[in-house]
This record gives sequence, C-alpha cells and structure tokens, in this order.
Amino acid sequence: MSIKDQYLVKQEPFYQAQGREIALYEAAYAAKLPVMVKGPTGCGKSRFVEYMAWKLQKPLVTVACNEDMTASDLVGRYLLEANGTRWLDGPLTVAARIGAICYLDEIVEARQDTTVVIHPLTDHRRVLPLDKKGELIEAHPDFQLVISYNPGYQSLMKDLKQSTKQRFTAFDFDYPAAELETAIIARETGLAEGMAAKLVKVGQAGRNLKGHGLDEGISTRLLVYAATLIKRGVDAGDACRMALVRPITDDADIRATLDHAIDATFA
Amino acid sequence: MTHPQVQAYWTAVDCGFEQVADVFEECVYEALTAMRRPEMEAYLEAARYLGKLGRGAEPMLVFLEEWPSVVHAIGGNALPPVIDLVRALQKSPNSRAITPFLQTLAAVARRLQSPGQLQRYLDIARDLMTRTTGSIHGHHSTFPSPGLIPLFEQSPFLLNLLSLGGLKNWVEYGILNYSRHPERQQEYFALELADSRAVLQRERRGTLFADVERQLDLYLRALWRDADQLVPYSTAFDEMRKPVPYFDKLGMRVPDVFEAERGIAGIDRYRAVLAHMVGHRRWSTAQIADNWSPFQRMAVEFFEDCRVDTLLIREYPGLRRLLLALHPKPVEGACDPETTSCLRHRLAMLSRAILDPGHGYRDASLKAFVARFHALLQDGPASTADMASLALDYVAKTRRQSDQLARVHFDDTVIDYRDDNRHLWRYIEDSDDEEFFDDPGKTLAKESEITGLPPRHYPEWDHTTRTYRPDWASVYEALHPSGDAADVDRLLQKHAALAKQLKRLLDLLKPQEKVRIRYQEEGSELDLDVALRALIDFKAGSQPDPRINMSHRTDGRNIAVLLLVDQSESLNEKAAGGQQTVLELSQEAVSLLAWAIDRLGDPLAIAGFHSNTRHEVRYQHIKGFSERWDDTVKARVAAMQAGWSTRMGAALRHAGHYLSARKADKRILLLLTDGEPADIDVADPAHLRADARKAVDELDAQGITTFCLSLDPGADDYVREIFGHRWRVLDHVAQLPEKLPLLYLSLTR
Repeated sequence: MSIKDQYLVKQEPFYQAQGREIALYEAAYAAKLPVMVKGPTGCGKSRFVEYMAWKLQKPLVTVACNEDMTASDLVGRYLLEANGTRWLDGPLTVAARIGAICYLDEIVEARQDTTVVIHPLTDHRRVLPLDKKGELIEAHPDFQLVISYNPGYQSLMKDLKQSTKQRFTAFDFDYPAAELETAIIARETGLAEGMAAKLVKVGQAGRNLKGHGLDEGISTRLLVYAATLIKRGVDAGDACRMALVRPITDDADIRATLDHAIDATFA
Repeated sequence: MTHPQVQAYWTAVDCGFEQVADVFEECVYEALTAMRRPEMEAYLEAARYLGKLGRGAEPMLVFLEEWPSVVHAIGGNALPPVIDLVRALQKSPNSRAITPFLQTLAAVARRLQSPGQLQRYLDIARDLMTRTTGSIHGHHSTFPSPGLIPLFEQSPFLLNLLSLGGLKNWVEYGILNYSRHPERQQEYFALELADSRAVLQRERRGTLFADVERQLDLYLRALWRDADQLVPYSTAFDEMRKPVPYFDKLGMRVPDVFEAERGIAGIDRYRAVLAHMVGHRRWSTAQIADNWSPFQRMAVEFFEDCRVDTLLIREYPGLRRLLLALHPKPVEGACDPETTSCLRHRLAMLSRAILDPGHGYRDASLKAFVARFHALLQDGPASTADMASLALDYVAKTRRQSDQLARVHFDDTVIDYRDDNRHLWRYIEDSDDEEFFDDPGKTLAKESEITGLPPRHYPEWDHTTRTYRPDWASVYEALHPSGDAADVDRLLQKHAALAKQLKRLLDLLKPQEKVRIRYQEEGSELDLDVALRALIDFKAGSQPDPRINMSHRTDGRNIAVLLLVDQSESLNEKAAGGQQTVLELSQEAVSLLAWAIDRLGDPLAIAGFHSNTRHEVRYQHIKGFSERWDDTVKARVAAMQAGWSTRMGAALRHAGHYLSARKADKRILLLLTDGEPADIDVADPAHLRADARKAVDELDAQGITTFCLSLDPGADDYVREIFGHRWRVLDHVAQLPEKLPLLYLSLTR
C-alpha cells in the first residue's frame, strides 16, 4: 500500500448537502483555491471535508490543531538517532508531496506563529520551504489546503489574523433547517422520521438559548447521539437528557427549561 | 326557649346577659348538629366560664356562635387547649384579645383542618404574647402585647397565604425587630408596614415569581422564540377581585406566586400561562366587539382559547397533560337550566371536550360543535374570525331563556391558566362609562419631579435571626459635586517628593508578570526538566522529545480596583498630632493613589458613601473606571465633604455590583474608613458589623477581594471580624497620603 492509499477515504461517508456547497467546493478544488469551513461545533464541517475527499478520490490528511502545536509539528523535523539524525516529514509536507487535501481542524487553537507556515502554500506560489532541511517543496498539483474554524466559542483573544483569513475562500456552515436535520438524523441512525423530528424540536429549543446562558446550541452531532441511544431502546426522555442537556450546561435554570422542553415534546 | 332540653342547657350556662338569651336557642340547635353529649357538656361549661370572666357578654356570645363551626372543621377535642389559652390571656394584661381570638377561630380552624395544626397556631400566639407583653423592672407584666390583637384579626388572611411554618417565621420577624417599639409592632402585625408585607411575600407558599423569573424567560426563548417583559402582579392583597393574567404592550402580567395545584407544580402553572399567552400572540387577531353581546363575546373567547390551546398542543404534545390537569372538568348536569344561567357551564364543558378526547359527555349538540371545531382546524391553524362565526352559531343554537338569569353557575368554569383576552377586542366607539384618568399635563409634571437616580434596594443581614431583611437599605447614587481642581493639584505639589519616590516604584513595577511558555523547540532558555527527560530517552535508545526549550511572554495586568471612601461625620475631626482633618488627609491620599494608578494604567473607580438611616444611603460617584485622572475628577475630589453615618454593608454591596460587572482577572474593592459601621437608626453595633461581614462574604463569593484600610487605631477588635485577614490599621493618620499608594502597590504586586 503506498503512502497515498493510506490517506484515501475508503467508504462513502453520509453527507446531506444543505445548499450548493458540493458544486462550489468542486469548483474551488479545480482551481486549487484554499478553503475555509466555518461554523458551530458539530454541524458537519469535518464530515463535509471527508465527503469531498471521497467524492474527488483524493487522499485526506487531517491535523487536529492544539495550542502546543509548533510549526515543525506541521512541517516536519529532524529526529535524533543513535548514529545521526533523520528527517521526518510533517503532515503538511506529506500532503504537499503526495497531492492530498490537507485539513487543519480548529486552526485557531494553534498559535499564531504556527499558522503563518501555511502562507506560502496558500497563494500563487504554492511552495513549502523547509528551512531546516534547506529544501523548497513545490506542492503537488492535486494538493489543496482546507481549514476549519468555529468563530463562536473561542475566546476573544483567539482569532485568525487578517493575513491568514484573506488567503482562503470560505463556506459558512450552520445547523441544517429542521426538515433537513430530521432527514439527516433518520438516515444516520435509522430512527423513524417522527421521532427524529421531535429530537430536532428539542435541539432548536436549545439553540434559541444561545447567548442567554448557553455558549453553543445543541449540535447535530449530539442529536445523532440521542437518536442512537433511542434506537438502542433507551427511553426518549432519558436519552435526550443524557445526550442533549447534561453535556452542554451546568446551569440549573437552563437544565430545568430544557427538561421541560423534552417533556413537552415527547408526550 | 320552649324545648325543655334547651331550658336545661340555659340553666347550665347560668347566664344573665340578654344578648345571649336572644341567640342561645339557635346556637344550641346548630351545636347539636355537630356535637355529641359529652362534647355538648364541655361546650356549655366553656361558655359558662367565658360568661363569668367579667368581660361582658361578648366573649361568651362569640364563643357560642363560632365554636360549632370549629367542631365541624376539626372536631371537639381542640376545646381544652383553646380554653387554656383563654385562661392565659385572662391572667395576663392581654384579656382584651380574647374576643378577637375567638372571633377568627372558626376561620382559622377551617384553614388548618386538624387539631394538631391548631395547637401549633395556639403555640405561636402564646409565644407572641409572652415575648411582647411589656413589663416594668422585669417583674410584673403590665402592658398588653401590642401585636396580639392585630395578629388574631389578620390570622385567617395570613393562613390563606402562609403555611404554619411561614406564619411562625413572619411572627418571629415581627417580635425580633419590633419588640421595643409598640406602635411599629402593632403596624407590623396589622400588615401596615412595607416590611411586614415584604416578609409575608418571602414566606408565601408556592413558587415565587422572583425565584423562577429567569427560568420563565429562558422558557419563552427556548420553546417559543418569544421574549417580553414579565411583570408580576400581587395576588396577596386584592381580595375582592382576583386578578387574571394578561398581556399588553408593556409586557406579560403574571401572578407573583403560584401554588402547586391538582398535582401541577407552580413552575409548570407559570409555563402554562405563558404558553397560552404566546399562543394568542401568535395566532389571534383582534375582533371588533361593538356589535356582539357580552354572551357572544364570552363564547368567542372560549372558542378562541380552545383554538390556541389546540395549536399549542399540536406544537408540543406534552402540553396536553399539563393543560388538561389545570382545566376544570365540569360535571354534566351540574347546572340546573331552570333556575340558573348555564352558558358558562356549557362553554366550559365544550372547552373541556375539545381538549380532552376522553371527555365522556353525552350531549349531542356539544359533540356536534366539537366535531365542527376539529374540522375547522384540520388543515391549518384556522383564524380568530372562523372561531367567531362558530361561536356565534353556537350561542344561537344552544341558547336558552335562562341564560339571561342573574344567577350564574360558576363552579368548575374558571380556567385559570388563560389570560383575560383583553387583546382580543377592539372597540370602535368609546363606551359611555369610560373615564379618562390620564391627564396629559399631570404625567409631565410627575416626570420633572425626579431629580436623581431612583434608589436601589439592598437586603441587610440580621445576625440574630440569620436571615436577610428584604429590601432594607435604599442606596441613592449621585454624581459627586465639583469643586476647584487646582486645590488637588496644590495637594499633589505638596507631596512632590513622595510622588517622585512613587514614580520610581511604579517604573519598577511596570514590566509586569512574566508567563513561562514551556515545550518549545526554539526558545530563550533551556527547560532543564524536559531536557533531562529527553536525554534519558535518547540514552535509552528511544525517541527524545525535541521541545526542550522555554520562552517567556509578558502578560498585562488585568486588575480592576474600586476605592470606596467613607465620608462620615467623624472625618471632620482633627487627626491626632496634626493640624489637618482626617478628611483633608483622605483627599490627599486619594489624589496620590489615583495619580499613581493612572500612571500604572489599571482601571480605577472612586466613590464616597455615607448614610442617614437605612432610608438614605448615599453613594457618590467620584471617578469611573474609564475616566482619566483629569480636572473633572480632581474637581470632585476637591469638593469632598463629610457628614452623617457609616452604613457599610449597603455601600459595599452597591460598589460590588459595579465591580462584578468588570471583566478582570482580579477585582479589588479597597475600603478607606475611619471607624466601625454605625447608623443612627441602629442601636446594636453588632448588627451593622455582622451585615458588613456578610457583605464581604457575598463579594468574596462573586470573586471580589475586599481590603480595608482603617484609620481607627482601636479598630483591631471589629475589623478582623468583618474583613478576615484582609485589613490594615494605620495608627499614624498623618502618614495616610504616603501609605495608601504604597499599600495598593504591595497589594497588587
């Protein structure tokens, strides 16, 4: 198995389009434009990227960013060995070499000095200088950079620099509309449509409270969790409390309100 | 008195009062329905005793009339304790309270429902009697308890609102706070004081609006995407006409308390009320009322309410259980159409039948209209106009002559989660009886009356009962008057040498807090721990971690400070061993501190406070967090005056309210005072101390650090009690201008 095959997405992931994003992404990929996917947590950003990689039959290299990540974690580093050193490519370098889609998840979590290494790859140059190794990598023609970023929950201190933002085309994701979300949950878990619709109703009650004590609404991902539990025979009310309410809040008033919403929805 | 048995009874009570003779026979007949022989004997014996008290016919008369109802409610066993209390009253100076006690006893017993409960009520009354009956030299009780008679008079009303535990707390509060003030005490127990009403409100049974306001707000947002001002109305004091929920352009009006009813918790009753109002706001349109009779309007309202409820249930099916539990279930045939107006009853039955598929009513026309209703709502929400035509048809079809009768059947027809539907009607013509209360000129005059900000009310901690006194202190906030800024500049000039020294210190302090960033591949220093670990890994033949360096990053100070200056009368005294008053020294110190902090760049606010009883705590704004140390602020410092007393707790709470709104890592409240908390309306110095202590605890819980700099050399005793270990006493007051900025710098270093 070549290194390229190892990064291919083997099975078709389920993705339900919310608009024209698939066609738009394909156009961006054809022009090799870098893409930024914005949206709240659990609304399907990562699933979308995975699906596109599968659809285009390109390898996908995913990096989950964190604040301890340095530039060399992306680019690569020399490793010490008993009798000398050896260079090891980082995920970004690998992607640039083999022509993969490199997906940097939650890019704002990484420190700002780390994010600048992607700059030369994201404009007309499409090169990656490895200064320690003294090598300049020309990106493979199939290489594309995708970043995801959640503008909501991070602190005010964490934001992308303008110079980084302005290198990307962007998709703005949000939780799907009610019918669509119902269909997604039903398709993903095999739960009956009527039940899924009720779950969505509870989810929307939670989303209405965003900014009034909740930092983020109830995500599609959590709704899928609840549906999975119900599908396994858990009582609907218990499943909702466990999967939808308890994870997102410690505030007694909000908990009581959402519990009531569950009771009112599941008669 | 014709019956020989009654004659025998009359002889037994041995009474000469004519008023009693007039009603005796009736009383005996009523008593016989409730009591058996031994009880009857006890009853007559007690009546005889009351007749011989020497207090006229009244106690006996009242007893004879009221006691049978008491026995009806809780049985005859309660007589001995009642007579015991009467004896106790008779022996004390409170014998005048016997009549009011007996007068309200029946109403109280009906409310309490058991002899055990009545016993507790008697205990509460006895407790009040013994603790508030006045004495001279502590030996002989001579003055009657001022609160006892009003308590007996109010008790049926009180027990309507309070549980016995609540009544006990309410009485306790009155005893503790008004035992030395007979007139106030009487007003308290007669519910004439604002205080007594506030405590009553706090002790009420059920779910208080104030406790669930946020939850209801969240409920509206989460489930209905609606938001409006929620305005509570009082249900306690309006006895004639119980107010009903409603909404208008000023907000949604809901009762201030809901008791659990028919198995539905108070909070759920609130939710039902709000859901119904939201339904009207979503789906109802106003109708023109002029051409319809009151009956027709009532029918339209019922139908429209049903439509709204049906749509609500369609939205959230779980609401059906809630609404059905709250909806009364009128009994078919409970209303006699020959003698009573039954329209209300019919409509309530219809309403029940529409919401409850298992209603079980047999009336054919009712069923027909239920079917027509559901047919209308089959495909969509229908409209208010549809309901109106259905309702008019209903009134016409089911109309009976007796609907016009004055006697209306009300049982089981009041659906209390529904609002009064005032939004449903529009009138084209003003009715003849309309009165105009609003004189446009009047409201204008009223507005111009307000000169300052309205007061904010803060509770005060009562350490003897370990409860808060609700809304006790009124804090008025105002902008401090201005003087001449040049005065302050002169003061600063005087301390030029000190300023220079401070400046050196400030420069040292400026490059603040360094934060270490570890696990760096490239950094300014080697991180020894990590480097050693990496070396060990390397020697052991495994892959070493290359991130062995660390670097530093300077972090800005994130502090918000509020300096609260005591401006009480004592500041006008001369400082020991100097010519300056404490006030002047405080001005200098505040100026220097403000100057220093301004250079440091931390946000600082300054406020002064003093008080004239709990009704007037003044909080004067001198400098806001975002104001610079400039001439306007200096002018306010220059105009600082001293007067009145030191009610510390209220000022601390108010200051804390501003600090808690600041987003800073560290929030500091610096209090500069020259004495212990005191006010002219408080006799016990421990009270305000305990309150201040409580206020400091509250601030602590909000993440605000309170620090006190006291200028009272004898402060150690109480300042430790109030501020824990966060205080310093400045013995040599003349050093204040120098010490205050230094203190601040050392506190925040």
